[in-house]
Amino acid sequence: MTMKHSVCLLEAVNLALASEMRKDEDIVLLGEDIGVNGGVFRATANLRDEFGLKRVMDTPLAESMIAGLSIGMSTQGLKPIAEIQFMGFIFPALEHIICHAARMRNRTRGRLSCPLVIRAPFGGGIHAPEHHSESTEALLAHIPGLKVVIPSSPTRAYGLLLGAIRDPDPVIFLEPKRIYRSVHQEIEDNGEALPLGRCFTLREGKDITLVSWGAMITETLSAAELLSEQGIQCEVIDVASISPLDTETILASVRKTGRLVIIHEASKNLGLGAEIAATVAEKSLLDLQAPIARVAGYDTVMPYFRMENHFMPNTQDIIDSVNQTLEFV
Amino acid sequence: MTTHNILQYLDPEGTPTQTLPQWCSSPDWLLRCYHYMVLARQFDTKAIALQRTGQMGTYASLLGSEAIDVSVGLSMSSEDVLVPYYRNHACQIIRGMPIDEAFLYWGGDERGNASAAMQKDFPNAVPIATQSLHACGVATAMKVRNQKRATITLIGDGGTSKGDFMEALNIAGVWQLPVVFIINNNQWAISVPRKIQTAATQLADKAVAAGIPGMQVDGNDVIAMREAVDSALQRAYEGKGPTLIEAVSYRLSDHTTADDATRYRSNDELKEAWEREPIKRLRNFMVLSQFWDENKEQALLQEINQLIQQAADDYLTRGIQPVESMFDYLYAELPDHLIEQRDWAIVRAMKGGSHYQEGE
Repeated sequence: MTMKHSVCLLEAVNLALASEMRKDEDIVLLGEDIGVNGGVFRATANLRDEFGLKRVMDTPLAESMIAGLSIGMSTQGLKPIAEIQFMGFIFPALEHIICHAARMRNRTRGRLSCPLVIRAPFGGGIHAPEHHSESTEALLAHIPGLKVVIPSSPTRAYGLLLGAIRDPDPVIFLEPKRIYRSVHQEIEDNGEALPLGRCFTLREGKDITLVSWGAMITETLSAAELLSEQGIQCEVIDVASISPLDTETILASVRKTGRLVIIHEASKNLGLGAEIAATVAEKSLLDLQAPIARVAGYDTVMPYFRMENHFMPNTQDIIDSVNQTLEFV
Repeated sequence: MTTHNILQYLDPEGTPTQTLPQWCSSPDWLLRCYHYMVLARQFDTKAIALQRTGQMGTYASLLGSEAIDVSVGLSMSSEDVLVPYYRNHACQIIRGMPIDEAFLYWGGDERGNASAAMQKDFPNAVPIATQSLHACGVATAMKVRNQKRATITLIGDGGTSKGDFMEALNIAGVWQLPVVFIINNNQWAISVPRKIQTAATQLADKAVAAGIPGMQVDGNDVIAMREAVDSALQRAYEGKGPTLIEAVSYRLSDHTTADDATRYRSNDELKEAWEREPIKRLRNFMVLSQFWDENKEQALLQEINQLIQQAADDYLTRGIQPVESMFDYLYAELPDHLIEQRDWAIVRAMKGGSHYQEGE
């Protein structure tokens, strides 16, 4: 008997954590302020009460340590789920993530592995202080041995987080904090995971393919809706796992529509959009009827929040880019 | 500021400086210890020879730290977990790493980290000080599961300057983790001497800020090392938390085979350090105690020599891994987008394939 809950993305994360922790005694949570406080965004609210101090660990304030501890625990059979409070503070942990978690299986030829999840909220749009709004997911997607997953809705957050926790390899789970509370969906707490490494086609269409992930899915879907009123049928693909990348779903769509716009909040230069565009150019150039377009953040430092809306792409930017791509002959 | 007196039982000549622990009355442990110290030194000599003749890669010598490595290896139980840095080959071999695979690791082959005999021990940590935190994670797993086990991690004197080391001492103190930190203070971090790593009087003093016990031990004295490591392990098993041991030694070698220490340190200093070296010290003590003599020495040297030679021969006959192994351990399951690269790698490496290059 499972209950349906109307939840936001943040509550979906909480639901997935609690659900899996009830099933798997090896799961432990660690991070800054995740205990009594339930995390600064409340993603881990009430979990310490239910699971106790041994499974919900408030750590000292040191991100490198959080990642290092997680690696140690995971090699011994625990399943740590670490929270990095904001992605802007993940950098001290990168040495552990890149030099150890991502390559433990490979360098020991499978003797040891690091099944762990590192969660971090990322992206702009909540008028946060500096270092709290960047989208640096491409840095992580570049690292062999890691998986990088980004949910775009409560449903996907619930299913993908379960998938990440059950995955035998290290997964970075980046939560788009701009839509933490803005969208509610009915979720059945049934413990069903969504697959990692697969795109999700959110909307089918024959005229053009829109590829995005995370918070930008909201803008992309509303652009697709507005464009449909003009008779333009957009296919919207939620990448969801930016690594490993499901190129087949994207290529199949491009073969059908012949046109591609990639939308991401992160800076354009060497963003994941560049990888997707290059892959489509390599594999499907002759299916394209127009140049690939990218709608992305500027190649600038993320501005302080008074200007953040100028940095982040919006629905109109996507509509303009779609129209331009469709007009190309 | 110094908080501790250095623990020592044998002076450089092998003469006891205080009443010896009870266990020293039986030669068993000391003989095993000596066996492995000699093995460590011959492994080291062979490894350098292999590197110098182009048969192995850059190698980090453990010359001068045999007493540290061997006493740690012998004191640990097989249930414990070793989280080494990159100068702990002797400890790894004692814990089950096949000697030929120790050569294999330094010969540029991941299979050197793969032996099932290493159980849950970590492979070498090359980035400095990261292992200190991994050890705390391992110890957390032991603590969460209420196990009577401990984790030992080693680090050089240079590594103690890194944040990860201090973060590790800190969390080990707060969570009272069953972990033992051992600093091999061999006085040199490549070319940087101990005195310009820190203004602390002793590296063991770094325990003070973390609220954990720290002690300085003569790292050339196996008896002192065993006493320190045993008591630290005992504390860990009993749930009394972490210990920091600063083992004072001297790096008698270059940093690695890629280094030339004559560029930055004097011969006099090196010569003087050889007077304190650990193997001679233990041998002198064993001779003084009349359970060692020249015949036994020659027999042991020969036995170990054969062992090392056999391991080196075994290493040299190992072919390189199949090229697809690059892909096969990246994830538990190969992602679709890598299948094409893996297939191409196989074709490219195939004898007669258009891109074939003879493996080194």
